[in-house]
Amino acid sequence: MAERDPGLLACTKPSNPHDSAALHVSGLARYADDLPEPAAMLHLAFGQSKEAHARITAIDLAAVRAAPGVVAVYTAADISGANDVSPVAGDDRLLADGEVICVGQPIFLVAATSQRAARQAARLGEIAYEPLPAHLTIADARAAASLIEPTQRMARGDAAAALAQAPHRLTGGFDMGGQDHFYLEGQVAIATPGEDGQMHVLSSTQHPSEVQHLVAHMLCRRSADVTVEVRRMGGAFGGKETQAALFAAAAALVADKTGRPAKFRCDRDDDMVMTGKRHDFRVDYETGFDAQGRVLALKLRLASRCGATVDLSPAINDRAMFHADNCYHLPAIEIISERLKTHTVSATAFRGFGGPQGMLAIERIMDDVAAHLGIDPIDVRIANLYGPGRDVTPYDMQLTDNIAPQLIARLRADARYDARRQAIAAFNARNPVLKKGIALTPVKFGISFTTTHLNQAGALVHVYADGSIQINHGGTEMGQGLYIKVAQVVADVFAVPVGQVRITATRTDKVPNTSATAASSGADLNGMAAYNAAMTIRDRLTAFAARSFGCGEKAVRFSDGAVQIGTEWMGFGDLCRKAHMGRISLSSTGYYATPDIAYDRAAHKGRPFYYFAYGAAVAEVAIDTLTGEHRVLAVDILHDVGKSLNPVIDIGQIEGGFLQGQGWLTTEELVWDDKGRLLTHSPATYKIPTASDRPRHLSIQLWDGENVQPTINRSKAVGEPPFMLAISVFSALHQAIAAVAPDKRALPPLDAPATPERILRAIADHRAA
Amino acid sequence: MSGVRFLLDGGVVEIAQVDPTATLLDHLRYRLGRTGTKEGCAEGDCGACTVLVGELDGDAIAWRALNSCILFLPMLHGKALLTVESLGKEDALTPLQACMAANGSSQCGFCTPGFVMSLHGRCIGARGHDLPVADIVAGNLCRCTGYGPILEAAESVPTLPQDDAGTVAALRGIASDQTVAGGDGARRWFIPRTATALADLLAAHPDARLVAGATDVGLWVTKGLQTLETLIFIGDIAELQAIAEGPEGLTVGAGVRYADAHAAFARLHPDMGELVRRIGGLQVRNAATVGGNIANGSPIGDGPPALIALGASLTLRSAMGRRTIALEDYFLAYGQQDRRPFEFVESVHIPRPAATDIILIGKLSRRFDSDISAVCGAIRLGMEGERIVEARVAFGGMAATPSRALACEGALTGQSLTQATIADAVAALGEDYDPLSDVRGSAAYRIEAAASLLWRLWHRESGAPASLLALEAEHG
Repeated sequence: MAERDPGLLACTKPSNPHDSAALHVSGLARYADDLPEPAAMLHLAFGQSKEAHARITAIDLAAVRAAPGVVAVYTAADISGANDVSPVAGDDRLLADGEVICVGQPIFLVAATSQRAARQAARLGEIAYEPLPAHLTIADARAAASLIEPTQRMARGDAAAALAQAPHRLTGGFDMGGQDHFYLEGQVAIATPGEDGQMHVLSSTQHPSEVQHLVAHMLCRRSADVTVEVRRMGGAFGGKETQAALFAAAAALVADKTGRPAKFRCDRDDDMVMTGKRHDFRVDYETGFDAQGRVLALKLRLASRCGATVDLSPAINDRAMFHADNCYHLPAIEIISERLKTHTVSATAFRGFGGPQGMLAIERIMDDVAAHLGIDPIDVRIANLYGPGRDVTPYDMQLTDNIAPQLIARLRADARYDARRQAIAAFNARNPVLKKGIALTPVKFGISFTTTHLNQAGALVHVYADGSIQINHGGTEMGQGLYIKVAQVVADVFAVPVGQVRITATRTDKVPNTSATAASSGADLNGMAAYNAAMTIRDRLTAFAARSFGCGEKAVRFSDGAVQIGTEWMGFGDLCRKAHMGRISLSSTGYYATPDIAYDRAAHKGRPFYYFAYGAAVAEVAIDTLTGEHRVLAVDILHDVGKSLNPVIDIGQIEGGFLQGQGWLTTEELVWDDKGRLLTHSPATYKIPTASDRPRHLSIQLWDGENVQPTINRSKAVGEPPFMLAISVFSALHQAIAAVAPDKRALPPLDAPATPERILRAIADHRAA
Repeated sequence: MSGVRFLLDGGVVEIAQVDPTATLLDHLRYRLGRTGTKEGCAEGDCGACTVLVGELDGDAIAWRALNSCILFLPMLHGKALLTVESLGKEDALTPLQACMAANGSSQCGFCTPGFVMSLHGRCIGARGHDLPVADIVAGNLCRCTGYGPILEAAESVPTLPQDDAGTVAALRGIASDQTVAGGDGARRWFIPRTATALADLLAAHPDARLVAGATDVGLWVTKGLQTLETLIFIGDIAELQAIAEGPEGLTVGAGVRYADAHAAFARLHPDMGELVRRIGGLQVRNAATVGGNIANGSPIGDGPPALIALGASLTLRSAMGRRTIALEDYFLAYGQQDRRPFEFVESVHIPRPAATDIILIGKLSRRFDSDISAVCGAIRLGMEGERIVEARVAFGGMAATPSRALACEGALTGQSLTQATIADAVAALGEDYDPLSDVRGSAAYRIEAAASLLWRLWHRESGAPASLLALEAEHG
């Protein structure tokens, strides 16, 4: 039974399988496209811009309208309300209005009797363009001073003065690519018109409330007229936080106009062209340090390609700044963050939300300092760790939960880092073709939405008179196991088996005004809200039982599916039935807002995070110096999830996050041509890791500790932090490349992702350096 | 005219009017309500749509994992089908499913039915499944789990006894040895059963599109949104599926699927086996044919460079007879092959290399498994003692067609295998090729990557470990 302190829920959690696991493996789990289609269902496709930046001078849709199966075709002129599917800035059009700002931007919308008919017809649109100058790259946009918001500065101390005084200095820079989410279930939404102007939208979205609000504004309705529902997504990773709205709004527009249900199931190639990705970054730095590699001064410039609209880029780039310290105390630091506006698809949220880019920058700097001094990078990292007296971040937040030093020390020993590094040096000395590298990199990741007001959640718990329980909350299930974690919390409160809790689809008509399921916060926020809802009901049941049996409330105990009331025992269901007969409400909402956080964005100072999650990984890699191919041979991970709510689910997040990070930094290369067209728009050309890319040796251990903050079960968030453990792979690749010229005091100039071509180039450049 | 008939869970499914390029995936999902099979990419690259298709093989059923998203319905005629719904339901899971459900093998669950079907194939001894588990699922993408639990589940479950007697009898019941034809309006399809029937059909319909495994043509339909008028499916012609293996070499019928040729190719040379292992995922190799890989004339096509280096010849056939040409002569220019409209590729013959030949075949791609090459190359050196008496070097990805590197061959021939010889051969590559820069690699990288294969050969012959995969296996 749960204690009053939600941090003290039952001590050891069983690893309940994902609530839908049996449905997944039997093909019975229903995703949006799996529901039976009504006969009247219309299918949708967009006519897309072929230009990166142009004025539309004419639209001829006669051939589209005449195509077989076409029922309706719409342009921006057909939208009665707001032509907007953006999260914040109001600058994402549902359909282009006069001007296109990236290739793939929707210009018109086709509704047809079949999906194929809609897609075929959409290719028949004749659009006349007057091309305008297009900025496609970070360099283009920088030259044109094209920004989505003013350049931000986060600083402490006098970095310039400290640089001047530092005994050692170096400058460097590198590029890192973006990343496509490649959720296996593409974007999809089904809109069904209801009576009296109501609209139901089934959307594969991480943010049902935002879809609700955008659809309502687009249709000139009130939020109360629109219900958005999502039972599960087939993967999201941030790619369905804002990007789902486009497809949901299109479906709602057609459903509203035609009175027929409308489904937008986006083709994979269209999805990859039309939806946003992780931001690619250019990093430049100048750092001053002492002979031990301790950084005394750092000037860091982070420039990101934000794409054509604002989307979530301000917060994403903020998070890059927040994580440019990672686990290191940087006494004098200036971070300049440029948010460049380009005529490419607007970059968006992706697991880590800018954190990986900021963290990769500082880890690269650690490697660079070590190479410059000719010492083991792990010694440089350890020399720079936060510690007593050096425990305030560049944004003035005091660290109170720093476990990085102990965690790194344990992993270093467990993974036999030092012995393996020696063995690798010997291997490299006798092998002319193959070279190995090893690296240990840590992770410190801030937990909370840095936009403070988003840190709130609601839940709705019903207990039925038979003792069965229904739980609903604002969080969405994208595979991360949120639903089972929250169900466990509720089951624990009532001390019933988790199977007694029916998990229901997330719906805006059950829990309103929700935040996106994002920022790794799903279980922290919704688990606590559900806990509060369940406790409200339990308190009522306790009071009723005490009253009915004439004992004190302290004598009422919930345990093993039953309730002890004084000396009596009663089944949980029996008590619920009695309580119902006694006219006790068995339904409650619950609410939670993260305490103690506040951030002054203008000054970039404050406490944006409730706590930090930590981890570290040791990666060993090998490269073929002839071809630039590589393999990740062995990875050892030690990661901090506080006191785990569900170890199997948490380890699954760690492993999946790690491999996704490895993909970002190795095989997943996005290639655009000089017209701003994405060339890697299908799995034929865009390569996420396969099973054989998983390191043959992959050990994942959970750090034995608990959250210092009173989170649910004293657990910690786990969605995003493990992604950045893969930086160890990128760092190890540098070490392997450096082995072609081991005496050079320089870091190989490797950009991400480390494709064979880039590794080969870095080898050549390092040899020539 | 007739329709398509196939077995599904023991019952016969009959479809009278069949659009020749309707996909099995769409039929399952939107006609039969079997929505467990998912569309992840509609181009055979993610495996979310994996099903098992069985066909008669003597007194048994040969089951194969296939991508249903690019499987046209007529290709299913006379076959048996298993979808995820054919397996255990929620309360009666197979041991594989139960293990996967319990150990965290699914997160979002969308790719899971595809993995279940690929791995169920392993449990029932499907064709081509006698591979390491990671190879079996190389054509199944999962974005959530990192694969660990899936591999672990697959390793831990026992094989399932599969009683196919009823399926054998039922398939015999719907089998026919005559050409099957059908259509939907003006669009027609044919399934000939003999090479003679195919030759006659082609003579009558020279514009017909020949389809073997549809791993390429499928994308013209699902991605190109093309409407193909007349199709001839050649997957049921037994003569074209023969492999004749003798001391002098290997003759592979054009309809032989890569998975079925894998072992014979590996016996030709281990590098050839490794090359085949890396052509697509298993679902692709279970559909894609050696002949189709040649006939479609891809400038990259992983098979042809190696076959050219090994000295393969190609036999084309028509109603007028046969002709045999050197494989390299088949590729005339980009998108243009030496095949007349009424001809079809019948077989490819590969001479067995001499025991003293030095051979290296290499594929370079961003990702090791299930990727398209940036460069794919093969080197065969005929040796007399220390002297190279014959050199055949061929590359894909370096020109508009797979082609020989004649200058490079010239630099090698007559020389002994020394560092200087390799340096000369590498320098000669610049005369042979002027590659393009594209999404898979820059021109400069391609030249360097091609050279790297020559250097790899030299390092290997001089005894330096040069195989990343061998290194990786030490950590297994």
